[in-house]
Amino acid sequence: MKSFSKMAYPYVVWMCVMIIAPMLMIVFYAFSAKGNDLLAFQFTFENFARFFSDTIFPSVLWRSLKMAFVTTALCILLGYPTAYIFAKMKPNNQAIMILLVTLPMWINVLVRTYAWRGLLGYVDLSSEMRVYVGMIYNFLPFMILEVYTSLSKIDPNLIVASHDLGADDGETFRRVILPLSLPGVVSGITLVFLPAVSSFFIPKLLGGGQYVLIGNLIENYFITSGDWNFGSAISLIMAVIILISMFVMRKMDYSNKEAGD
Amino acid sequence: MEHKTKIHERIYAALILAFFYLPIIYVVFFSFNQSKSLTKFTGFSLQWYEKMFADRMIMSAIGYTVLCAVIATFVSTIVGTVTAIGLSKSKRVLREAVNQVNNLPMLNPDIVTAIGFMLFFTSLKIKTGFVTMVLAHIAFCIPYVILSVMPKLRTLDPNLAEAALDLGCTPMQALWKVIIPQIKPGIVSGALVAFTMSFDDFVISLFTTGPGVSNISIYVYGAVKRVNPTINALSAILVFVITAVLIIVNVVPMIRERRNAKNVNAAELETGVN
Repeated sequence: MKSFSKMAYPYVVWMCVMIIAPMLMIVFYAFSAKGNDLLAFQFTFENFARFFSDTIFPSVLWRSLKMAFVTTALCILLGYPTAYIFAKMKPNNQAIMILLVTLPMWINVLVRTYAWRGLLGYVDLSSEMRVYVGMIYNFLPFMILEVYTSLSKIDPNLIVASHDLGADDGETFRRVILPLSLPGVVSGITLVFLPAVSSFFIPKLLGGGQYVLIGNLIENYFITSGDWNFGSAISLIMAVIILISMFVMRKMDYSNKEAGD
Repeated sequence: MEHKTKIHERIYAALILAFFYLPIIYVVFFSFNQSKSLTKFTGFSLQWYEKMFADRMIMSAIGYTVLCAVIATFVSTIVGTVTAIGLSKSKRVLREAVNQVNNLPMLNPDIVTAIGFMLFFTSLKIKTGFVTMVLAHIAFCIPYVILSVMPKLRTLDPNLAEAALDLGCTPMQALWKVIIPQIKPGIVSGALVAFTMSFDDFVISLFTTGPGVSNISIYVYGAVKRVNPTINALSAILVFVITAVLIIVNVVPMIRERRNAKNVNAAELETGVN
């Protein structure tokens, strides 16, 4: 039986080549001077200095973070009540509702985002608002599904017990249902915030080309202008910010659990 | 929770669902439009469908998408399953290390994973094109296959394989006749995830493909700069196919269940249990 363990070895090699090496490549390019060659390596902080000393780049970063933050908040505000209503339905209807939410997710993201262009033609919205519509449309299903999963796991007896002990509906929600559904909200936040920060086709398809987010910057530096060193530095900055926010998220989740005990 | 919803709650849920479906219905509707307009419906026509099937770019994009998804699914399902079986018998350290590294592409934004691949291929002087796109797809699909096969292996009774060996099976036979059939549901769902991930991928494909090779997503991304109703037709066809597949996937098991229930009833009647 031990001999089966050898079956994992080829993948370990593949993983080092296809996952670890590409990640190291980004770091390597971000810290090297212009010129796309592995052998002519020159260590430099220049790419990062260029990003933060500029007036435009930090403001694009800030705009992306703000947009991801607002998108996440709106997804919670719209998605939590939806999930809550679903969880209150009869079991058969719950299954149908969840199927109806998942169904559009099977259709290609580009196609779904493109689909909004026709409808948005009727209303006069700023490019920022159009991008928000696209973001919420793409990411709201994740929030609904995550919150619904944690709500449907709540033991109904806990709610009965809360009522028996004299809590009204509002208090039961605040002190029993909400705390128990928070893990779903937290994983929903991860699933919304992460792709929202780095999104670049939603602003491009719906923002009319004028609306630039950090993802668009990265795309431009890689595909249009071919300055891979600077592009890598921008991606690294973004990846680090995302890692930090995920870490803070997890800390908050943890302290919530501590407080709940 | 109590199974009672108030009328305003039902209206709210309906509005959210309408938000999800409205743009899709709109695109399907306008794919039958006579004119180029995306806001004025001037009459029924199938001309955008004709144009779509005559468009070589769209047809080749569909071909590349399907071919890439089939190859990536095939390879990643086999490699992922073999690796998962290997890991289930490996030391804990190795298992944890592989899981951590596999998490990287899932935790990173797609665009970061994508430029990693792009830098990797071009630094090694590998010409980007269909092959590099397929390689990247295989790479991001394998972790999902491992993730869906692993839990099945964890619940597998280790004595089963031991018994097979004791009864004279070679390790290969034990694997093929005992382990694989037991973890089949995990393999199938892993393959399905891999297929849909590859079929729908945009970001990683955009950065790893080369000139002349586009999948459906890249085609849509490149073609929306101007009004182009053939994309409506392409979208509508994708919507039709996916809806049909999902209905079949959801309805067939229901029919089968009903038939099984009938058979059981019939059997019970015959043996006089009922």
